[in-house]
Amino acid sequence: MKQIYGRFLLLCASLLLSAAASAVVEGYKYQFDSETDVQRFNTLAEELRCPKCQNQNLADSNSPVASDMREKVYELMQGGQSDDQIVDYLVARYGDFVHYKPPVRKDTWLLWFGPVIVFLLGLLVLRQLRRSQGSRKLAPLTEEEQQQLERLKAAQPNHTDPKA
Amino acid sequence: MKRVYLFVPLIGFLVMAGLFFLTIDREDKDVLPSPLIGQLFPEFDMVALETGEPIQRADLLGKPALVNVWATWCPTCKAEHAFLNQLAAEQGIRIIGINYKDEDDKAKQWLASYGNPYQGNISDPDGKLGLELGVYGAPETFLIDSAGVIRGKHVGDLNAKVWKQLQPQFESLQ
Repeated sequence: MKQIYGRFLLLCASLLLSAAASAVVEGYKYQFDSETDVQRFNTLAEELRCPKCQNQNLADSNSPVASDMREKVYELMQGGQSDDQIVDYLVARYGDFVHYKPPVRKDTWLLWFGPVIVFLLGLLVLRQLRRSQGSRKLAPLTEEEQQQLERLKAAQPNHTDPKA
Repeated sequence: MKRVYLFVPLIGFLVMAGLFFLTIDREDKDVLPSPLIGQLFPEFDMVALETGEPIQRADLLGKPALVNVWATWCPTCKAEHAFLNQLAAEQGIRIIGINYKDEDDKAKQWLASYGNPYQGNISDPDGKLGLELGVYGAPETFLIDSAGVIRGKHVGDLNAKVWKQLQPQFESLQ
């Protein structure tokens, strides 16, 4: 009886220990040797996109193909492949689509730098607007206008400062 | 202030609208372009569904073929099955099946009841070959030439309308 109890404790302890270095994605458990690998796996699963359910990453999706791809990522990691190699492996089969971070290339140039360009254009427009407003100075009154003003003032002799 | 600047938002809007309009009909968002087109069909070491014999890439070569990814759990596969039967029987098109993430028994039963348009089927219960091919659902169909180079891919069911588009390409394959 004591022996069984001891074994049970051992089992609990080993379960606790192994839980420390495993990643849980969508209820599936992946065992890793180190916490760094768990982090790597979780990051990869978040950066890779499920091709079937297009606005979910591999970590979020429970579609069969996403689970196969997670399995493959795990397998490749265990095989000692680097993050880049793993991403390249999947991109070679599923296309750039599977990576949330598209490569900088001729045809993705607009995607990467478009927002910066639009932002700079906006700044430019803003600057021009402010400059043209600042330069709009009032022209001095002509003699005729000055006389008119005097006349208007004289026509209202009772007008005084409200404070007075 | 220069009046011209007032038109900047309008021009921006028109440019964006133009870009969206150009891409609106260009492709179905669910259809991903395959990076495998132009590449050799991947090497594999699988088992044939019907016989349980080993099957490799070499078995696909020699004549252009359609490689059709299907499963009994896939309703669209059922929808296209009659058309595949017709392609094989009436036009003599060589079709090789990949039974994707399925059970062999169910698959054999399906072929027995709905007819078998395939020259042979590769059993891929875990989707391993599917992953090599960038398959993300069923049905998907690859066009391969006699040397085993992937020349085209169609995602979704094959039917008369789709075949009308694919046929010229398939017939030009060597």
